[in-house]
Amino acid sequence: MAEELTTSGYIKHHLQNLTFGPKHEELEPGVWTPTGDYGFAMSSGEAAQMGFWSINVDTMFMSILLGGLMMWFFRSVAKKISAGVPTNTQNFAEWIIEFIDDSVRGSFSGGKNTLVAPMALTIFVWIFLMNLMDLIPVDLIPLAVAHGASAVFGVDPHDVFFKIVPTTDPNATLGMALFVFLLMLYYSFKVKGAGGFIGELTLQPFGKWALPINLVLETVTLIAKPFSLALRLFGNMYAGEMVFILIATMYGAGLVLGSFAGLLQIGWAIFHILIITLQAFIFMVLTTVYMDMAHQEHH
Amino acid sequence: MNINATLIGQLIAFAIFVAFCMKYVWPPIMQALEERKKKIADGLAAAERGRHEQELAEKRAQQVIHEAKDQASEIVSQAQRRGNEIVDEAKGTARTEGERILSSARAEIEQEANRARDELRAQVASVALAGAGKILSREIDDKAHTDLLDELVSQI
Repeated sequence: MAEELTTSGYIKHHLQNLTFGPKHEELEPGVWTPTGDYGFAMSSGEAAQMGFWSINVDTMFMSILLGGLMMWFFRSVAKKISAGVPTNTQNFAEWIIEFIDDSVRGSFSGGKNTLVAPMALTIFVWIFLMNLMDLIPVDLIPLAVAHGASAVFGVDPHDVFFKIVPTTDPNATLGMALFVFLLMLYYSFKVKGAGGFIGELTLQPFGKWALPINLVLETVTLIAKPFSLALRLFGNMYAGEMVFILIATMYGAGLVLGSFAGLLQIGWAIFHILIITLQAFIFMVLTTVYMDMAHQEHH
Repeated sequence: MNINATLIGQLIAFAIFVAFCMKYVWPPIMQALEERKKKIADGLAAAERGRHEQELAEKRAQQVIHEAKDQASEIVSQAQRRGNEIVDEAKGTARTEGERILSSARAEIEQEANRARDELRAQVASVALAGAGKILSREIDDKAHTDLLDELVSQI
């Protein structure tokens, strides 16, 4: 089922996750039937047919790999940490942690909460690392994976998809945002009590006589928080990735355009360093702010 | 780009990472940071105290040096005074001693002179008598002339 190498095919190929789930067959164009066994989707159409109970293996693999890397780094620092003269590695870790601690102190006023600051650290570093994958040339790892897979499993390399930037997968960003959302609900109930939280949802902004309107407005506000969180990150990273892919398509268009594409790619990569850091920071700050709002008692 | 179970997987992975960070990463590092903060604060306070003490010690040393200088100059002036006194005393002693020697010498001289005079007086009479006797041995009455000469001698 190898597609012909066209620009749009190239782009589509790069935007498709490596999806594992119930296999489907396309009997005739547009008509899919499940085959009954499980496997990797061989085309974006099949991936779409797999439904909810399939999993993007590349997203999971990259995100857990990067998260594990980060946890390993910080844990190894934490094990050897001393209050004396710090080593270079310790200095680096402390620099990040103090930066996070400062910004959490700046926006979170919910008293003693041992979760928010470590969560902010996890969010910032993890998202930063996941976004950082965007700076690796778009074809490098997907090609390596595709050819590796074709060598090991004997599949057509064109049918192996691999997206190395987990944050360009809305599942990843939504998953994180949902966890933040669950924590928001948890702390809202814990700090304000069920009554207080329901009151907050129904008794403002218009007072108790406009209760249904209040409920609709506040619910939308509440739901919008995790979605804006997830979609902002996803949108920025997806767009950035798309630009990299578009630049990469120029390499096939002759020496002049190719050299121009090289310049463009360097420029966009430098600019992108700012974006990936900024997006990680925004996700972290907004999470902290939402946590703070969950801890605020309204008067 | 489909919403699928990756969502749940990411949620769980995220929760696990957060829990791990919360339990094993954040507390030890924060504790170390706090400890270092305290250490530095203590060190700074100690340095401040040390500087204060040094200042005090310097002041004290200045004072001691000042006192020592005062004492030294006092001792020097005392010594000078004492020296002058000794010199004066020595001068006085020397003068009186000189006077004493002078006067005793004078007395001796006078004594010698008197003795010489007495001797002379005693001899003059006999010498004159002998001379006169030799010259005028015959015609002179010893007795009358001796009286005359004694009278003359007493007038010397």
